[in-house]
Amino acid sequence: MKGDHHMILRVIAKCLIPLILIYAFYVQFHGEVGPGGAFQAGVVLAVALILNALVFGLTATMRAVPPWFTRSLAAVGVVIYAGVGVWALLKGGDYLEYQALFGEGPGGHHGQHAGIIIIEIGVLFAVSGALTTIFYALAGRVAEIRDEDW
Amino acid sequence: MTDAMLGGTGTALINILLLAILFVVAIAIARLRSLFAIVMLSGVYSLVSAAWYILVDAVDVGFTEAAVGAGMSTAIMLGAMLLTARTAKPERPFSRIGPFIVCLVAGIMLIYASIDLPPLGDPTSPVNSGVGLTYLKVNWYDTGVPNVVTSVLASYRGFDTLGETAVVFTAGLAVALLLGFGERSLADTLRRTPKADSRAATTVRKDGDVP
Repeated sequence: MKGDHHMILRVIAKCLIPLILIYAFYVQFHGEVGPGGAFQAGVVLAVALILNALVFGLTATMRAVPPWFTRSLAAVGVVIYAGVGVWALLKGGDYLEYQALFGEGPGGHHGQHAGIIIIEIGVLFAVSGALTTIFYALAGRVAEIRDEDW
Repeated sequence: MTDAMLGGTGTALINILLLAILFVVAIAIARLRSLFAIVMLSGVYSLVSAAWYILVDAVDVGFTEAAVGAGMSTAIMLGAMLLTARTAKPERPFSRIGPFIVCLVAGIMLIYASIDLPPLGDPTSPVNSGVGLTYLKVNWYDTGVPNVVTSVLASYRGFDTLGETAVVFTAGLAVALLLGFGERSLADTLRRTPKADSRAATTVRKDGDVP
């Protein structure tokens, strides 16, 4: 973070990171009609954080998105996904049977849409949380990434 | 679109070009010793494969390859590289003759098997006429989701995807358990920067609370 020879990199990263985040959410909520889905969106979300860590320093990123948050996010994501299955069980259907969420017969689509959107959010949380945790675990071993390390 | 894929000379040329780039990059990766260059070249390899996947109409696979292979794993490999040496140990030429023969034989067997594969986009191939066709037919009535990939992954094979999500979570958990959560370095850095003392104290305490 010392010196100013990374100014162009930092300015460009500052412009790019919000766009990457928006793109991640576009991929997430557009997965129903286009390519991509929660796995890809989670990866893109994690990549935005990693870019932030590489350019602005790991400590700044860890202050913004602390490690306890990312690992909890990963666990919460899996629980959300599994919870949809339990919801279907409680409604009298099979595990992860989305038709049963609102008690619809064959051909009803509300349960399918709701179930898919909720589990995709779970996948987004799990993937982005887990990947950020992996990156923190690897990059956090060295206190600061110096220029000559590259 | 099938005609363009099967008969187009231009598409065939681009195919050959991309595969040739993949080949050259793979050879370069095998011969290089600088880990930084190897990590960067593996990112290039993923990006070129992603372009090739999109050329053969596997858009979802190409997207995943670009995001995971070129973006994510490059960043993770860079992070891992910081923990080790910058160059690989030099090896005597022909010291790995056994693995080389195994690779050669496996490659020849794969090429021999690929002769029997149906052509790309063949409507009578098992992929396009079997269960894939069934999904295309029943998907709209069952789920009302336009993208069949999404409905197959999230609805028809929801169990599968739950397992994959658990695998990703377990991978993150395993790495974190082996290497730590990276909080020690955060605490160290914060201790060494006195101007951020108050914020450092709260951050560290918060981290300590979570088991």
